[in-house]
Amino acid sequence: MIALALPAQDSGSFTPPGIDEMHLPAILPWGAHDGFSKQMLLVILSVVIIATFFILAARKQQLVPGKLQFAGEMAYGFVRNGIAKDIIGGKDFIKYVPLLFSLFFFILVNNIYGAIPVIQLPSFSHVGGAYVMAGIVYFTWIIIGIKKNGLKYFKLATVPSGVPWYILPIVVPIEIISNFLVRPVTHSLRLFATMLAGHLIVMLAGSGIEFLVMQENVLLKGASVLVLVGAVAMYMLEALIMALQAYVFTLLTAIYIEGALHADSH
Amino acid sequence: MNQLIISAATEGAAEANPLVPNVWEMGVVLVGFAVLMYIVVKFVVPMFEKTFAERAEAIEGGIAKAEAAQAEASAALEEYKQQLTDARAEANRIREEARAEGAQILADLKAKAAAESARITEQAHAAIESERQAAVVSLRSEVGTLATTLAGRIVGEALTDDQRSARVVDRFLADLETQSAGAAK
Repeated sequence: MIALALPAQDSGSFTPPGIDEMHLPAILPWGAHDGFSKQMLLVILSVVIIATFFILAARKQQLVPGKLQFAGEMAYGFVRNGIAKDIIGGKDFIKYVPLLFSLFFFILVNNIYGAIPVIQLPSFSHVGGAYVMAGIVYFTWIIIGIKKNGLKYFKLATVPSGVPWYILPIVVPIEIISNFLVRPVTHSLRLFATMLAGHLIVMLAGSGIEFLVMQENVLLKGASVLVLVGAVAMYMLEALIMALQAYVFTLLTAIYIEGALHADSH
Repeated sequence: MNQLIISAATEGAAEANPLVPNVWEMGVVLVGFAVLMYIVVKFVVPMFEKTFAERAEAIEGGIAKAEAAQAEASAALEEYKQQLTDARAEANRIREEARAEGAQILADLKAKAAAESARITEQAHAAIESERQAAVVSLRSEVGTLATTLAGRIVGEALTDDQRSARVVDRFLADLETQSAGAAK
């Protein structure tokens, strides 16, 4: 991506934004890198936004909902029926609705920040948050599996049934690695990497436009329009990915929980 | 990603490894998510679930009510139909009765009229008969008187001569005619 950086021009060379741009100076204490960052503020803000919206939407509890309540019910029903009920099913899917619901909207709002002009920073473009979310899910499904199946759960999760004994020495390590080691890593990095990459692309496009507009050459100035068109397209794509990643993260959580609940039939 | 890190490193800039998390940020995310989970578990999900349950109940109750109303309506319809059938039968019965009664009355009247006419005819017959009897009686007595009178005349005139007796009879009959003519006048 960086290799694509434009060749040096007459009026100075183009330096693309890098990873360091992700680490904006902290808000408090001003200018330090280890202080209270913009991401932290956004995370706290997201909790306020989600809680306020859904409490206001759910509060009236009318049988014939108003606009706000209807929107809230749509959003809640999307996670409840579209993810929890469809994936986990059965009678106890309702127990996992709060977790899935919180995960989806927490990640969604924190991602969508990246598409809001002034804020323009998805919280999970810092890896810490993604580790925490994936970690919560990791321990949740392991605990659910142990509660449901006892310690036999680890055998159920790593030794697939119906496999000939002589293949087991190969299959079991693969299962252990894929289920207990790789899973949380991919779960967290998928979210983090898409957010980081999306943010980088938007930043790159922004600085590219700025650089081109500053050029003396009229043709180069005009080329900035092309970059702008590309940037808008990338922005749209990023907005889609932000919503999609929240959905994917929640969907995978539901799949992991379902797998832990029904380990004996897998 | 690797290339990104490598290129960043080769550029010599002191760029942070993007995979190393900031512990404070992790803490904020953890606490923030915990707070959100608490609010969702405590308020949001129960409120939505309660609304959903109430709505489902209302809809099911509405359906039950509608079914009850439907059943009631069909029962009422059945009853009305029954009543209508009963009323029709009743009307038919009454019409039949009226017709029978009318026929009865007509027959009665006919019989009465026949009886009356028979009675009147009978009376007329009786009256005629009695008149005839009276006439016969009076005629007899008159014939007797006339015979006596005639006999006296005949006796008074001497009945030996056939011519005379014939004259007597003629005279008698003439007298009789004049008498009857006088009586007729």
